[in-house]
Amino acid sequence: MNNRKQERRFVWLCLAPAILLFTIFMVFPTLNVFRMSLLKWGGLSANQEFVGFNNFLILFKDMNFIRSCQNTILIIVLVAIITLIFAVVFAAILTREKVKGENFFRIIFYIPNVLSVVVISSIFSAIYDPSNGLLNSIIGLFKPENWEGIKFLGDQSIVIYAIIGTMIWQAIGYYMVMYMASMSSIPEHLYESASLDGANKIQQFFKITLPLIWGNIRTTLTFYIISSINLSFLFVKVMTGGGPDGASEVFLSYLYRQAYDNATYGYGMAIGAIVFIFSFALSAIVNHITLRDDMEF
Amino acid sequence: MDKKTNRLYRIFIYVALLTLAISIIVPVVWVFLASIKQDSEFYGSPWTMPLGMHLQNFADAFEKANMGEYFLNSVIATGLGLIILLVVALPAAYVLARFKFKGKKIINLGFMSGLFINVNYIVVPIFLMLLSWDKGVSQIIGQRIFLNNIFVLAVIYAATALPFTIYLLTSYFRTLPKAYEEAAYMDGSGYFRTMVKIMIPMAKPSIITVILFNFLSFWNEYIIALTLMPGTSKTLPVGLINLMQSQKAAASYGSMYAGLVIVMLPTLILYIMVQKKLTQGMTLGGLKD
Repeated sequence: MNNRKQERRFVWLCLAPAILLFTIFMVFPTLNVFRMSLLKWGGLSANQEFVGFNNFLILFKDMNFIRSCQNTILIIVLVAIITLIFAVVFAAILTREKVKGENFFRIIFYIPNVLSVVVISSIFSAIYDPSNGLLNSIIGLFKPENWEGIKFLGDQSIVIYAIIGTMIWQAIGYYMVMYMASMSSIPEHLYESASLDGANKIQQFFKITLPLIWGNIRTTLTFYIISSINLSFLFVKVMTGGGPDGASEVFLSYLYRQAYDNATYGYGMAIGAIVFIFSFALSAIVNHITLRDDMEF
Repeated sequence: MDKKTNRLYRIFIYVALLTLAISIIVPVVWVFLASIKQDSEFYGSPWTMPLGMHLQNFADAFEKANMGEYFLNSVIATGLGLIILLVVALPAAYVLARFKFKGKKIINLGFMSGLFINVNYIVVPIFLMLLSWDKGVSQIIGQRIFLNNIFVLAVIYAATALPFTIYLLTSYFRTLPKAYEEAAYMDGSGYFRTMVKIMIPMAKPSIITVILFNFLSFWNEYIIALTLMPGTSKTLPVGLINLMQSQKAAASYGSMYAGLVIVMLPTLILYIMVQKKLTQGMTLGGLKD
């Protein structure tokens, strides 16, 4: 029995530091998000007043919040669809075709993923620069002499697409590598018999590749949702700060502005609680509607 | 397919691949070239080659913009964060994979749900928590120790990386054969000794994956660092944002791009060295912040 006791002591000694750190820095702050969302808390004054769901009621009438909602949803939808198409197509090309320099392309495509969001944001600020940015100088080649550069980050109707472009640039390689892994596990004989039956490459792609990696695609849809919510915040924070005039504000950047800059913590955390629930609900819905009978090989 | 469409198809493939490759290579190389340009070279077309190696930009970034100090801070936060993470996560993952005990299910579930908690939501509550600890502590010892502390930052990096790391290590420990441990116990080796001397060395491949991924995420991280280190001491990415804002106003673009190179060069070097491992490891874990 002594051995038993020793084993138990060993187990809990090993777990204790992890549980401690996890509880203090992840569980408590998460619970605090929900607790604080019910408070009216003006920041610097330590006055915390319980107001129930009042913060949420104000939130649904806050036009800036509604705009950040629209922006976030637009980003999630466009980034997910465009990245998904590019990543799947490029993954299929690199695994199915005998491409010269396959390794080279794989290495290059993954590079954006090892760069800091800050670095990518600065690179794209240079690309989008209205006076002597890379993109405008290319467009300028096809336009008249005295043509003025597009203010990609300074125009309220363009800025959100500029950020979406940056996010897609950053994401393609990552998802491509993931799809490549599951595509390369599809057995070769399926393609061989399909081509004997006269199926061309496009048909093979839709009848074999796509159904067989469907499970993987479904998993990544959840990633798209969660990472778009997070990354859009990081990019917006560095590239535009939510501007011009709130036009590129997203969920978490608005949260950060309310909580950290305005020090209205309760209100900010109400946004946090909503985003939390929103991302879970959206993931669950997407997961449900993409459910197909699993195909096995 | 007949020959002609086949050839068109091949051309299309290469055009597509090259377009994406160029769209990634050109901006990155452009930054490297811009980092050795003189400030006067930034007026006019952005496509001109640098006139010479203007390395003064780097000296400016290191000295005037404090990038040297920020670099050191980033090294400490990243290195220490990784050490704490491994010391804490390895035993926990090992125990979760190998032992049966009461409460195991709940603890597993807890860490798994931690995978869905993102630091971006909880950074403000963490900030407020440290702020209130500081208030308490400063009344006792007259000093604030939690905010603006690079070591606290490292601990928080480690803590927020725990769920993913434990998940990855646990699934690796499960694949190892039990025979090794049984042999060690037969030889009279205790639990702790068996874990440290036998099992952890066997988990080396997954440990390397953990180090790679977390090196990148700690080194590149900026929102926690920005919030929890509001003082003059910063990490590299936060320092870079400051540099961007101040240099744009002062139109000294050269040192701004030098700062960019300083931030991204370590990750690029590491990536080129271990790229195979990294893209393989990803399919094994398959998660991202």
